[in-house]
Amino acid sequence: MFAALMSLMALGLALGVLLGVAARVFKVEGNPLEAEIEAMLPGSQCGQCGFPGCAPAASAVANGKAPVTLCPPGGRTLAQSLANKLGVTVDLSGVEDQAPTYAHIREGLCIGCTKCFKRCPTDAIMGAHEQIHVVFRDACTGCEKCFEVCPTECIEMRPVEATAQTWYWSKPMEASS
Amino acid sequence: MKLFRIKGGVHPDGNKGRTAHAAIEDLPLPALLHIPLQQHIGSPAAPVVRRGDQVLKGQLLAHSQGMISAPVHAPTSGRIVGVGNYPAHHPSGLSVHTITLQPDGADNWGEGEPPRTDPFTLAPEEIATRVAAAGIVGMGGATFPSAVKLNLRTRYSLDTLVINGAECEPYLTCDDRLMREQGVAVIDGIRIMAYALGVGRIVIGIENNKPEAQAAMRAAAKEFPEIEVAGLPARYPMGSEKHLVQTLTGVETPARGLTADIGVVVHNVATAYAVHDALRYGRPLLSRVVTVSGGAVRLPKNLRVLIGTPVEDLISYCGGLSESPARLISGGPMMGQPLPGTRVPVIKGSNGVLALTEREAANEESMPCIRCASCVKACPCGLVPLEMANYIRSGDLEGAVGYGLMDCISCGSCAFVCPSNIRLVQFFNYAKGELTARQRAEHQQNETRRLAEARTIRLERQEQAKREAMARRKKAQAEAKKAKEQAEKARDAAQQSVRTGS
Amino acid sequence: MMTQAPVSGPHAHGAISLRRTMLLVMLALLPATLFGVYIYGWPALNLLVVTIASCLIVEAACLSIAGKPVGIYLMDGSAILTGWLLAMTLPPWAPWWIGVVGAVIAIGLGKQVFGGIGQNLFNPAMVARVALLIAFPLEMTTFVAPKPLFTDSAPDFMQGLAITFGHGLQVDAVSSATTLGYVKTELGRNTPLDAALAQVFDFFNGFSGFMAGSLGETSAVLVLLGGLFLLYRRIISWHIPVAMIGSIMLLAGLFHTLSPEHYAGPLMHLLSGATLLGAFFIATDLVTSPVTARGQIVFGAGCGILVYIIRTWANYPEGVAFAVMLMNALTPLIDHYVRPRVYGRDRRGQPLVYETAAKDQVAKEPISGQRATEASK
Repeated sequence: MFAALMSLMALGLALGVLLGVAARVFKVEGNPLEAEIEAMLPGSQCGQCGFPGCAPAASAVANGKAPVTLCPPGGRTLAQSLANKLGVTVDLSGVEDQAPTYAHIREGLCIGCTKCFKRCPTDAIMGAHEQIHVVFRDACTGCEKCFEVCPTECIEMRPVEATAQTWYWSKPMEASS
Repeated sequence: MKLFRIKGGVHPDGNKGRTAHAAIEDLPLPALLHIPLQQHIGSPAAPVVRRGDQVLKGQLLAHSQGMISAPVHAPTSGRIVGVGNYPAHHPSGLSVHTITLQPDGADNWGEGEPPRTDPFTLAPEEIATRVAAAGIVGMGGATFPSAVKLNLRTRYSLDTLVINGAECEPYLTCDDRLMREQGVAVIDGIRIMAYALGVGRIVIGIENNKPEAQAAMRAAAKEFPEIEVAGLPARYPMGSEKHLVQTLTGVETPARGLTADIGVVVHNVATAYAVHDALRYGRPLLSRVVTVSGGAVRLPKNLRVLIGTPVEDLISYCGGLSESPARLISGGPMMGQPLPGTRVPVIKGSNGVLALTEREAANEESMPCIRCASCVKACPCGLVPLEMANYIRSGDLEGAVGYGLMDCISCGSCAFVCPSNIRLVQFFNYAKGELTARQRAEHQQNETRRLAEARTIRLERQEQAKREAMARRKKAQAEAKKAKEQAEKARDAAQQSVRTGS
Repeated sequence: MMTQAPVSGPHAHGAISLRRTMLLVMLALLPATLFGVYIYGWPALNLLVVTIASCLIVEAACLSIAGKPVGIYLMDGSAILTGWLLAMTLPPWAPWWIGVVGAVIAIGLGKQVFGGIGQNLFNPAMVARVALLIAFPLEMTTFVAPKPLFTDSAPDFMQGLAITFGHGLQVDAVSSATTLGYVKTELGRNTPLDAALAQVFDFFNGFSGFMAGSLGETSAVLVLLGGLFLLYRRIISWHIPVAMIGSIMLLAGLFHTLSPEHYAGPLMHLLSGATLLGAFFIATDLVTSPVTARGQIVFGAGCGILVYIIRTWANYPEGVAFAVMLMNALTPLIDHYVRPRVYGRDRRGQPLVYETAAKDQVAKEPISGQRATEASK
């Protein structure tokens, strides 16, 4: 019995030492997950998630402090990809795929105050002081930052229309599922 | 000639008896023509006319844009009453840019038709240019610009032109009638295309359920030994380009490749007819033959129709609908797309308009999959449809791609044989569309990130410039101050010396 | 414009449906079943009816617990078919509760718990049979010699009811061993094989079915006819039956040639036990067999090998149920690794490559047939 006790103790000690050594040798600095998640986010720093930019949001998601459904522009696709990355399951039923929108300036009301121009995270608005501003549709991400500050409320958010080229069949509904 | 077997495929009921013996009739001029600017694969055409313009028959309405595109011509003379949005010939019900033309009834070509030339005296590249100018696209339904296909000779070594006269879809008989009634013209168009491609061998594939068409084409091709007419077994999807080539040559087109990779180019018989019209008579593509059939149509017919004619005109010419159709389909029942209504116009790729009754449409509820593997046996592409559908159902689209989703030709053989009536093709079309949409979204995100970074750099540069300007100003101020102090010192010293001096 | 979502194609369908498939299988089973009822009398019919009815009741109960629409699923015929197949593999004079317990295990545990039709991993009838065999070995191994209906030795209707619903079989009075069972016991007692076989096996009896056995497995000729009918109607394909029967006969032939006194020959293996029933009706169960042709051959061969091994060297005289269940467990693995070749790609999934004349070369004249083509498979 003494022999059994000794041998088990020795085994336990040896394995413990091995684990300690492994913890030192294979330690990973920082959290590479954060960088990978940040790369997946849109990067427009729009702030709709409540964090001041995509990097803090990525950090929060990586540490589990924010849900994977935090990014409205990313929609269901992004939520699912983040869930796959973190190895968690996500209930997508609450995530609405926001119909993508873009900003449109009604030129008759624009006074050229440049407030929107300064706020746009992708420089999608062209304009200068006391000159009418215009939005480049292709660069607009629909983050609504310009919409919030316009003093004359001349900006409206319009839905991006589906075209015959972008339309596709929806998933079949199966009664038996 | 020796034929090779393709695996898979199904045998739907032909249902061609209703229109196989109906000679092609010309549809009278409609009240309005709606000509979409995109009836082809590639970039839409750009309009060159405006509302109010008077146009002649065959006049250019919109020119092609870019490498893969096709122009659009006026099917008859008349007045342009609108250039705007109109419901598209598309299941979504969305609208596309369309030119609306009101015929004046004169059907006027203008100063007479251009002089006739012998196409075989032209350079092959010139033939391709004229085909492009005539707006000819693949008339079997694919609508790929034919001139681009004719120019493949510059990038691939070609030896065979295969003409697709299979018409494997049930109900459709437009190619059948065209071959029977215009055999000589079709053969002429075929020879012109072969000359443009620089190939020495021509094979015309016609299914064995069209013996009269086979006879007509053989008779018309009698004096041209390089043309062979091959009788194909009636099997769906024999008309699929890759499977047609395999049946005739035994060679499989490599995945993600073209038939040109194995030296073959395939064209439809109606395309050949259009090439004949364009090269012999200088006429652009203005009309096509359409089969109007189905249990709900009173008098099914084959009609020659001007491009842009609303579908309701075709149906009313065929005696109207005897009952409310369960399905209104453009094309055949296997790969045809449902139409949102009868206001939509006929386009260059519409080979059929079907109004199917409830019984013909086979509209059962889907039940769970029992893994009977009928779909695996039926798939002509060697895929496993039931597994792909399982992956797509649970949201794993990448898994479906792993089973071969991107090699699926959406022929519908799998759904045709499924005892549980599972909407397999809809699963695959949904998945393909979703993957494309995700790619687009990812591209969009990359663009956004690039713009955001560019903005950050711009702002930083501004900040930097400001700081430098500030630093320079401070420096200048400091120097000015120093200079001023020195000047004052000097002045003081000078004053001092004046006071103490002599 | 569009008032509802567009309906996707194809807008045509072949004549086959789920119910039709099940009905055709039942039709194929009918001759063997009727023969079984004929030679074993009223108790066999009672057992058949009880088993099928219990299956329907259990299915209805499970569906309503799961909240699924009962009517549609009950009418698709799969529960009836499972009960029918299960009854075919039970001893014909087994008491009624064997049928009921079997139904509960087959439908409840073997099918509904996995998610309903199409989702089960194991053949439900075989799950039930194996569970019954292990739990109630006495009742499940008590067979009777044939007592054809309307002859003197057969029990009449009331006696039949008593046998099935009453105090059950009087073991000593009427039981009789099956061919395989008898042979196994005798071989265990070192009796030479031909002596043992002479007692129980007669080619005519084996072929026509006048011998002791389960309700529906004895008549080789009728089961074979049913199987051929299924092949003709393309409900099943030939790969599994041929592979399974082929491997059994191959192994049996091999060992019989090496040592005729200890190993039964291929013909005996073919005609006794549930070989033919298993090959055509049980192993070919659509849900639990592989989806590709090559995979089915692997599956069938595996079943055959396992059947022979279990029959010859294991403790049980009959091995079809165990063999099929073991191979069912391997079906997902087979399906994962054995896939059909995709059109235009080679076995490894890469696009085909041909040795053609180089691309980007302007063709001055038509190049005719100067290429090495890869023969299409």
